[in-house]
Amino acid sequence: MNDLSTGDTIAAAAPSLADRLRAAANGDVAWSFRHSPVAIVSAIVLAVCLGGALLAPWIAPHNPFDLRTLNLLDALAPPAWLVDGRTAYLLGTDDQGRDLLSAIMFGARISLLVGLASVALAMLLGVTLGLVAGYAGGRIDAVIMRIADVQLSFPAILIALLIDGVARAVLPRDAHGTQAIGVLILAIGVSNWVQYARTVRGSTLVEKNKEYVQAARVIGIPPLTIMRRHLLPNVLGPVLVLATINIATAIITEATLSFLGVGVPPTQPSLGTLIRVGNDFLFSGEWWITVFPGAALVIMVLAINLLGDWLRDALNPKLR
Amino acid sequence: MTAPATGDAPLLEARELARHYVVSRGFMKPKGTVRALDGVSFAVRAGETLAVVGESGCGKSTLARQVTMIERPTSGALRLGGVDVATGDAATLKRMRPLVQMVFQNPYASLNPRKKVGTLLEEPLAINLDLDRAARRERADAMMAKVGLRPEHYHRYPHMFSGGQRQRIAVARALMLNPRLVVADEPVSALDVSIQAQVLNLLMDLQQETGIAYLFISHNLQVVRHIADAVLVMYLGRTVEAGPKQVIFTRPAHPYTRALLASTPVLDPRRRRERIVLQGELPSPLNPPSGCAFHMRCPYAIERCRTEVPLLEPLGGAMVACHRAAELNA
Repeated sequence: MNDLSTGDTIAAAAPSLADRLRAAANGDVAWSFRHSPVAIVSAIVLAVCLGGALLAPWIAPHNPFDLRTLNLLDALAPPAWLVDGRTAYLLGTDDQGRDLLSAIMFGARISLLVGLASVALAMLLGVTLGLVAGYAGGRIDAVIMRIADVQLSFPAILIALLIDGVARAVLPRDAHGTQAIGVLILAIGVSNWVQYARTVRGSTLVEKNKEYVQAARVIGIPPLTIMRRHLLPNVLGPVLVLATINIATAIITEATLSFLGVGVPPTQPSLGTLIRVGNDFLFSGEWWITVFPGAALVIMVLAINLLGDWLRDALNPKLR
Repeated sequence: MTAPATGDAPLLEARELARHYVVSRGFMKPKGTVRALDGVSFAVRAGETLAVVGESGCGKSTLARQVTMIERPTSGALRLGGVDVATGDAATLKRMRPLVQMVFQNPYASLNPRKKVGTLLEEPLAINLDLDRAARRERADAMMAKVGLRPEHYHRYPHMFSGGQRQRIAVARALMLNPRLVVADEPVSALDVSIQAQVLNLLMDLQQETGIAYLFISHNLQVVRHIADAVLVMYLGRTVEAGPKQVIFTRPAHPYTRALLASTPVLDPRRRRERIVLQGELPSPLNPPSGCAFHMRCPYAIERCRTEVPLLEPLGGAMVACHRAAELNA
């Protein structure tokens, strides 16, 4: 708001999209990005991971889910640079003869899907409830926030396990395989809404006493419209930062659940499932089956976390 | 003010208006009651400006929230154009709300930073009236011209304007619904002195033009002297003195009004009057003093002031709530 780059938008009667993009490129956040090597490296790493995951069906060297191409004789091949390693299997194969690099690329798809979708669900739930609690206050606020407190006193993973267990009991046995990802997203999303609700409630408590909200009430705007049109845009900043960091947490939670065997089925492995499968072979010398998916997970989560950290600082006017 | 109506009925009439807040004083402690507004009566006629004066925390802004119907009074009557809005149902309030609009103290906070001027101006219309886009735009353009904004300002964001311009946008927004009464809560105290006159003159011009009434909340007595027709002095949620501007400014009867007037700096040394320096601060409304709320700071306080709450009584053309007013003004 205080940058000088808005000078050209003042001249224009109605800023077009191109003007806005130019203003964004000259803005504080873009400037901060260009001057932060950590952010640039993280963005590149993340772009590579995302590209590899999204384009997996076309660029992966093998299709680990096509049973016709699997050969048990290829099982447990070490990475290409070791003795007995084969160039066809750059990072080696697992006990089923699946190429690990391909499996990681396909697994990252599921990890990212679950991560993004569950954060979106948690955000939707948390932002809505936080906004209502903060704006309405009183009894509604007390009920929502006490539920949040109770949920916060359990570890998120326990809540997710509980929801997963309930879903297993409710859904028919044969449906579970196809619904597994949906159940995971629901479980992780529901176990994470509390943070968003608390953050949004806090910002709402500050914003709702500002004069523009009172002005909106004097004009006669209904409460729900005030929340949506006036409060929401002004409380969303910290939530977006929280979301970037939480994507990483959600991916890890998915990996944890899959590692525990309650996540996605082994026929459709995510990074967590790959790590769990490989864990069985760790002590018999086939370390690559668990180490490479683990390293992929660490790199991806680290890149997202560092980007989130940078975004938090970049959006904090006090640190500029 | 509180004198019986002469001729036409007042536009806004408040009788014994009170607003109490229940506050928690901590876990397992009894709840406290803050009497932010404790029985205030006044009337405002169309085309008239009533100034409400008092220190921070005396209940001025609480009064504004009752009059603008954001909050419901705890007790008392509030009549707007003959309709009781203190106890009215939601439909009545929805119908009456456009008649009272508000200009806020801080034009940097009262305009949503993420909305353009045009959107801000048209929002009241979109919410309350059934007009199409073109009609809304037309009204917004007309209003912008009225408050001295240029047509190209329509597409700009609030942060692109100066404080004075912003306050003119806020005034324009308050007037979009053609209200009968505008509550102005310290509308110029956040502005530079050089800009204050600009906004005040705009408010007065608009009053001449449209016959609108103002409830003007301020602690700046110079501004009040410039704009008001009548003055209501408040202390700790109660009226201490109310009357026409001339009477209040030339012959203040209540010791608190005198202290307020004496605190205004006067440049000419020959015109300086006796200084009355108040000791201490405004007492907590959570735990108000007994008797006259002002007795702890009043230089004239006697035993009776500590025990007995003074009533508002007529004295020399105004209404004064002080046990010793008659004696002190003899």
